[in-house]
Amino acid sequence: MSVLVDTSTRVVVQGITGKEGAFHAARCKEYGTQVVGGVTPGKGGTTHEGFAVWNTVAEAVAKEGANCALIFVPPAAAADAIMEASAAGVPLVICITEGIPIADMVRAKQFVAGTNSRLIGPNCPGVITPGQAKVGIMPGHIHKSGDVGVLSRSGTLTYEVVGQLSARNIGQSSCVGIGGDPVNGTSFVDVLRLFNDDPGTRAIMMIGEIGGTAEEDAAAFIKASVKKPVVGFICGQTAPPGRRMGHAGAIIAGGKGTAAEKMKALADAGVTVVKSPADMGATVARVIGK
Amino acid sequence: MKVHEYQAKALLREFGVAVPKGDVADTPAQAREIAQHLGGRVVVKAQIHAGGRGKGGGIKLADDPAAAERAASQILGMMLKTPQTPAEGIKVRKVLVEEASAIERELYLSITLDRGRATHVVMASQAGGMEIEEVAAKTPDKILREWTHPALGLGDFQARRLAFGLALGGEQLKQAVPLIKNLFALYLAKDCSLVEINPLVVTRDGRVFALDAKLNFDDNALFRHKEIAELRDIHEEDPLDVEASKYSLNYIKLDGNVGCMVNGAGLAMATMDIVKLAGGEPANFLDVGGGASPEQIENAFRILSSDPSVKAVFINVFGGILRVDRLAEGIIAAVKKLGLKLPVVLRAEGTNVEQGKKMLADSGLALTMASDMADGARKAVAFAKGQKP
Repeated sequence: MSVLVDTSTRVVVQGITGKEGAFHAARCKEYGTQVVGGVTPGKGGTTHEGFAVWNTVAEAVAKEGANCALIFVPPAAAADAIMEASAAGVPLVICITEGIPIADMVRAKQFVAGTNSRLIGPNCPGVITPGQAKVGIMPGHIHKSGDVGVLSRSGTLTYEVVGQLSARNIGQSSCVGIGGDPVNGTSFVDVLRLFNDDPGTRAIMMIGEIGGTAEEDAAAFIKASVKKPVVGFICGQTAPPGRRMGHAGAIIAGGKGTAAEKMKALADAGVTVVKSPADMGATVARVIGK
Repeated sequence: MKVHEYQAKALLREFGVAVPKGDVADTPAQAREIAQHLGGRVVVKAQIHAGGRGKGGGIKLADDPAAAERAASQILGMMLKTPQTPAEGIKVRKVLVEEASAIERELYLSITLDRGRATHVVMASQAGGMEIEEVAAKTPDKILREWTHPALGLGDFQARRLAFGLALGGEQLKQAVPLIKNLFALYLAKDCSLVEINPLVVTRDGRVFALDAKLNFDDNALFRHKEIAELRDIHEEDPLDVEASKYSLNYIKLDGNVGCMVNGAGLAMATMDIVKLAGGEPANFLDVGGGASPEQIENAFRILSSDPSVKAVFINVFGGILRVDRLAEGIIAAVKKLGLKLPVVLRAEGTNVEQGKKMLADSGLALTMASDMADGARKAVAFAKGQKP
């Protein structure tokens, strides 16, 4: 079992003729994901490195039954690409693009809210259900199929925890990167709800970071509704206030959004909070008795 | 990105937001001329990006042009220290000379993103001139908020509600409503991440205008605002940060002595954390990004090792898009070119890791390999303390 993506996922890649889009479309396909083709406006009717190319997302939906869009469109046009996919009725829209202007995301999020689509990201590694489908840029080979759900705001730190889990022979049900931007489509709470309801997920590993209050919201939801063990790590414990630590969303502003506050909120909600990023895998192992 | 007050006020003026009359000066003589032109009492204000300038001696009143010249000569060139500057202060290179006003009330007005609601919020308070975080903490009911519609923006009724909440009526209301609307138009048109007017003042003769102005811009949107990007003042930034930004590297200098080079912002923060847990202090945050080229790696290495406080380097990479063999290529090129003497600890995992490790082993470089993050941090911290790990 899994959340969000599985063997029935049919992916259309927006921005497939770009370097990143083409490279990752091929990696996803190699992993076994059904990649039905891509979209680049003006290049419809051609093929690119073996993939069919359409002018619009709507065509990919009509002709190939695409039910998931994976976006590599450059920042200036990425919010528009998100809106195009959701207007075309694609139920799951995953945006990898980093560096989208905040004001564009405010509008795009409002637009998506008026459709039936779910947006993951932007500025995220995507979603993988090991052994079934990889819809994103994560290295597929480090994952193992299993029953720990992983969710995170960071990309490479997710690979780190997956590496630690797989090394202990602990597989993952699905791994979801929600992205490091201040305005994103799907929150920790949304993904926690999915993992909580997924019979194939036994425990949850959540990786947060400084900035905003998404982790505090997650803590409140965990306390009220999550019945499964949750292990949490917050990165940025040593970050100075007022400086943006790479991710647009990772900034301690006005004394708010510190790692200490988030760790306390999670611990108060019954989450097993890990201090060192080197201990994430071992802590999950201990919590699930493995 | 931040800009100076005088630059912010020029933008406010362009968008029809009232500001005091004034101009910027590089020399005391220019300050005198501006004061002469303005006539009457003036304020001479140091132009640095940090707040709290008044308490540090960076803002002075002057009754006549000669006094303005004297004030400017005291402020220009000084190392201005405020709670928001580095300990040694920031050198003042420009002053803003403005007409002084007889102030009746000081109010607060700002616009920023509300992350939780995923839209822009306009905030106002009658408690202007104070630290707004303090007002928010002690008396949150004294801050008014109007959340704008993500697509439709700020309604007239919302601007009126804020103005009434600030106890502005009659002629002042007629000035305040368009001021608030124009300020929001500026915020959107220029992709600001923060507009803060503290204080917004009402003068004894009934005028409403922005006495101070702080504008921050969304770095992600600078590509479509060349005119804003040109306002960047690199004197206000750490030279190593400026150098790193040339190569699209995310680098922030910190106070420790363990240089860190990592791919991905989350892993970079976690690496700083684990260095600290191992008893050391990180010298920097450095994210070389997901798809760094060997050239970027080489420059990253050069920049982080040019910080004289760095005593050891910890490279922590989990290769995804960034392949470990490309990382190795960059490291080998950098170390050979720079003739680097610092101890380097490498922890690498992920795509093409075996190939990358072999390249490094064959290169003959004196690297210390680490088995995992904790091991790498421990070894790097030991080197930084002058010990053998």
